Order: sequence, then structure tokens, then C-alpha cells
Amino acid sequence: MTPSARHRVDPAGLAIAAILLALALLVFWDTSRLELNAVYGVGPRAMPYLVAGGLAVLALGNAVLAFQGALPARESIDFTALLLILGGLAALIALIGLGGGFIPATAVLFAAVATAFGRRAILTDLLIGLGLGLATYLLFAKLLALTLPVGPLERLL
Amino acid sequence: MDTFASLAQGLAVAVQPMNLMFALVGVLLGTAVGVLPGIGPALTVALLLPITFKLDPAGSIIMFAGIYYGGMYGGSTTAILINTPGESASLATALEGNKMAKAGRGGPALATAAIGSFVAGTLATLGIAFLAPYLVEIAIAFGPEDYFALMCLAFVTVSATFGASPVRGLTSLFLGLLLGLVGIDLLTGQARLTFGVPELVDGVEVTTLAVGLFAIGEALYVATRRHHHEEVLEPVRGSLWMTREDWSRSWKPWLRGVAFGFPIGALPAGGAEIPTFLSYSTEKRLTKYPEQFGHGAIEGVAGPEAANNASAAGTLVPLLTLGLPTSATAAMMLAGFQQYGLNPGPLLFAEKPDLVWGLIASLFIANVMLLVLNLPLVGLWVRLLAIPQPWLYAGILVFAAMGTIAANPSVVELVMLGVFGVLGYLMRRFDYPIAPVVVGLILGPVAESQLRRALQISLGDPWALVQSPIAATLFAITAVALVAPFVMQGLGRFRADED
Repeated sequence: MTPSARHRVDPAGLAIAAILLALALLVFWDTSRLELNAVYGVGPRAMPYLVAGGLAVLALGNAVLAFQGALPARESIDFTALLLILGGLAALIALIGLGGGFIPATAVLFAAVATAFGRRAILTDLLIGLGLGLATYLLFAKLLALTLPVGPLERLL
Repeated sequence: MDTFASLAQGLAVAVQPMNLMFALVGVLLGTAVGVLPGIGPALTVALLLPITFKLDPAGSIIMFAGIYYGGMYGGSTTAILINTPGESASLATALEGNKMAKAGRGGPALATAAIGSFVAGTLATLGIAFLAPYLVEIAIAFGPEDYFALMCLAFVTVSATFGASPVRGLTSLFLGLLLGLVGIDLLTGQARLTFGVPELVDGVEVTTLAVGLFAIGEALYVATRRHHHEEVLEPVRGSLWMTREDWSRSWKPWLRGVAFGFPIGALPAGGAEIPTFLSYSTEKRLTKYPEQFGHGAIEGVAGPEAANNASAAGTLVPLLTLGLPTSATAAMMLAGFQQYGLNPGPLLFAEKPDLVWGLIASLFIANVMLLVLNLPLVGLWVRLLAIPQPWLYAGILVFAAMGTIAANPSVVELVMLGVFGVLGYLMRRFDYPIAPVVVGLILGPVAESQLRRALQISLGDPWALVQSPIAATLFAITAVALVAPFVMQGLGRFRADED
């Protein structure tokens, strides 16, 4: 490979191709473990094998795109915002998983996302989030009878 | 004529006071959510699905009709006033509409979009009413191999033929098909790709995938590149009303927009971009004021907006008659039907004519409501646009999480929401279309069961798949549709239907 050609290879594109290949192998492995009785026609294995085959071919196609450097140009990104939103989601999941209830979990997510979008008033946003969570909970859990996670706060309502 | 009787029967269902109220609520919610920047019609439907969980099927499907059309209206308002098309089908509207708003002609731009949408919606809904019974008759004759072939065609056209890059579109589609494999195989009871996680046994929830990809993915994408762009909201200045000249320049583009939008939407190909861009370039060629194009020509709003709405209504034809969703929004509508165990297709027309025709009649009513509500209330919707971005996205994420956990009270579901959010972010960053993932997830299992049914009948002989003339023809078109984009790179100008 000439240096100029190597310059255009997109490592992110190669990573995508590798992930697709890994997914294809995963489907293939999982499908080969299925225990089968005799079935007429095609059994539950055919479609997964088709999908795995397709993914493998597409891994190749994406690798070609990566070698051609045919991926779109990408702008620099703000990693803090990314981490704040994912952190907010993780906190929501943890709070709900540990029985903290819907309303406090909502407040944390709201404040985290608002901060990710450039707000610098965490306390205010937490309060707004609490209010929004409360309103949502009353509307959906009480009025529309949907099941939302219940914690100490929700039991008081 | 049969259609009139059925339509009258549907109208009788739709004008029941409860159903009128459902339509009104749907229209209001659809517009309110659709107008928010970054939320297109598919996400609007996905976010509002949980609200209808506890309603009866007829009422909630009528509400859906309202949400669907309302989301379309709301989206065009966003495109005109902040130049942030929530979906690529609004790109053309944003092109001219935002220029008009900047020049102080935001009112007429919104008006021609609203009235054009009304004209298009009404004509296209009439089209549905007349075309659907014929398609149903054809569809009744379809065997499983024909359905399988039709789905293969839809897969290819949705992901490869009209996308920016066939390889990327197919990659998206196969990710969707992969997700569709997860769960219990209905015919043999075997668990596939569940890895011992009990929550995965029932498969991947369509709403979780759509909300993750669209809402969380979009929030991550916008947040991480916020420092590159600032959105500017154009205030609506001057008169809302269209002048006589505006009218005379608008009505022909509306009708031409419908002529482009409805047939292309009704084909099992999906994509509102092609008709909107065809309409835009046609209006640009036919106009008496070519110098205004690019600086706010009203024809450039009227035509594409009508084309967009007509094609959105057109996608309801394959959805209702064949159970074939060809856009992310249609896939969400299908998820709404499936929530009640209803499977759109010829059988639904026979078994639940009240429901289907009630839905079609409600589309007319929703359209009238939107026209009446939107012109006077546009000021109210504009105020929604002014919600500060941090609170807007924080609110969207709260509702996304709420809808997900309400649909399936399990932490695993929320983890999946987050994972799909990251996937949606990466797909946006690397420019993979998103709609094919949703279509793949929802159509993949259906295609598999049709394939297996076909091969069961033929005792495993794969040649049976192409012995039916319908299937053979459809497979041939599929092959052409798959190869064509590689041959004619020119088609790559059009982006895949995406939200």
C-alpha cells in the first residue's frame, strides 16, 4: 500500500466493519447452539444464518468503504455532554433499579441532560425535574393508570 | 360504489363524540410534539404510544391518525421557522420556507404549508379510500411466497435503492433484522439470541428501539456538536394571510405535489424525499419567478409540503392493505396496531371494516381539524418552539424514559433504551440511515414467518418461492432495485427516508 492510500484509510470505518463481523459470528454461534427436532421446510436456523451471512458481507462492504476513505467528514465532539447524558441515564436506571422511584430518577435525568446542553443551574433544574416528574407521575400513573416505578416519594401520593 | 358505502360507514364511526374527541386530542398532541425541533413524525408517534395503552383499539387508532397528521403539520412549522427540518422530507420546505420567514413572510409560508398539507392530505386520503379496496382484492390472492417476495422488495427499496449509500442502508437494515431475531421463535419455541436474559425472550420492543434511536440518539448528537451550530428562531412577522398572488402561485404546486407524493408514497418503496425533491425541482423549473428560488419562493414551500403530506398518506396504502410499513413513521403506526393484536392487511378489512374505515374517515376529520386549529393557533405553537433547548431535550429524555418503563416495567428495558440511544448517535455520526433499522425489526420476523410458511407448504423445496408469477416478478424487481444504485450512482443524491 502506498503512503497516500494508507493516509485515507478510516480507522473508525474499520472498527464498524469489525463490529459487524463480530455480530455475524455471534449470530452464527448462537444459532449453531439451537437444539432442533426435525421440522418440515426450514427451521428456526435459516433466517439467523441468512442474517449472519448478510452481516458478514456488509462487514466486507463497510471495510471497502473504510479503505476508500468514503466515510463522511466528522466534526469534533463535546465528550462532556456525551458523558453527562449517558451518566444521567445510568443514574436513572440505578435509582429505579434500587427502588428510588420514578420522580427522583426523572429529576436527576432532567438536570443531567439540561447541564449537557449548557445550563449551569443544577439545583433549579433538579427542582424543575422534580416538578416535571411529579406532574408526569400524576398524569400517567394516576389518571391513565400506567405502571410507573414506585419509591418512597410515590407511596406518599 | 362500494367505497362510498364503506366510507359513509367509517364516517359514522368517526363522528361519534368520543372518537371526535380522540381525533382532536391526537391532532393537538401530534402538532405540539411534532413542532418541537428535532422531533419528527416517527418519534412523535413513538413517544405518544404509551398514552394510548389503556384506550380501546378504535379510539386509540383514531387518535393515532390525528397524531400522524398532526406530527406532519408540526414538522413543517419547525422547518420554516428554525430551519431545522425534523426529517429529511422537510428539507425542501426548510430551504425556501426559512428564507421566507427571514424576509418577514413567515405567515404566508406557514399558511401555504398548512393549506397545501390540507389539500394534499384530503386528496391523498381519498386516494387511500379508492385504492385500498382494489389492493385488498389483489392482496387476498397473495400466498406466503408472494408476501415474502414483497417484503424483500420493501427491504431493498427502503434501505438501498433510494439511500445515500446502498452499503450503509443495507447495514442499517441488517442491524434491524438482527434485532428482529431476538426472542422466542414462534414456530418451535426456541429462544434465539436471548443469552439467558428473561426480558429478551419476548423480543426487542419496537417503541424502545425507535425512541432510543430517535430521541436519545438525536439528543446525544445535538448535545455533542452544540458548539458548532446555534439554532435561530425566526419570529413570525407581518400578516398570516396569503395574498391573492400567494394563492395563485400556490394552488398548482399543491396539486402537482400531490401528483408526485401520493403514487410514490403508495408504492412499497417508502421515502418522502424523492417526491419532495421532484416537486421542488419541478416548481423551480415551472415558476415565473425563478430569481426568487433560493431566496424564499412560495412555490418552493407549497409544492414540497403538499408532496410530503401526500406521500405520508400514501404510505398508509401498503400499510393498511398489505401490512407493509415503508417508513419509520409507518412502522410505528404498525406497532400501534400490533399493540392491540391487530394485523393490518386484507384480513383486517374483512374482519374489522368499522375500524379500518373509521380510521380512514378520521384522517379526513383530522385534516379539517388541523386546518381550522393551525392557522389561528400558530402563535401558540411558535411559543412551544421557544422552549430553551436544555429544557426541551431534558423533557424529551424524561418522556422517552417514562414511555419505555411504562410499556415494560423493567430496568433491562431502560438499559436497552440507552444502548439503542448510543447506536442512534453512532449511526447519525457515521451517516447510516435510521429508518431501515426500525423497518427491519418490525418486518424481519414477519418476512421469516412467511418464508417458513411458504417452504413448509412446498416441503422445503426452495424453487417454490419463484414458481408463483407474482413472487417471481417481485423478486426480479427486487434484484433490479438492489443492483440499480450500484450501477447508477446518480440516484445517490437522494437520502433515505429518515426522521
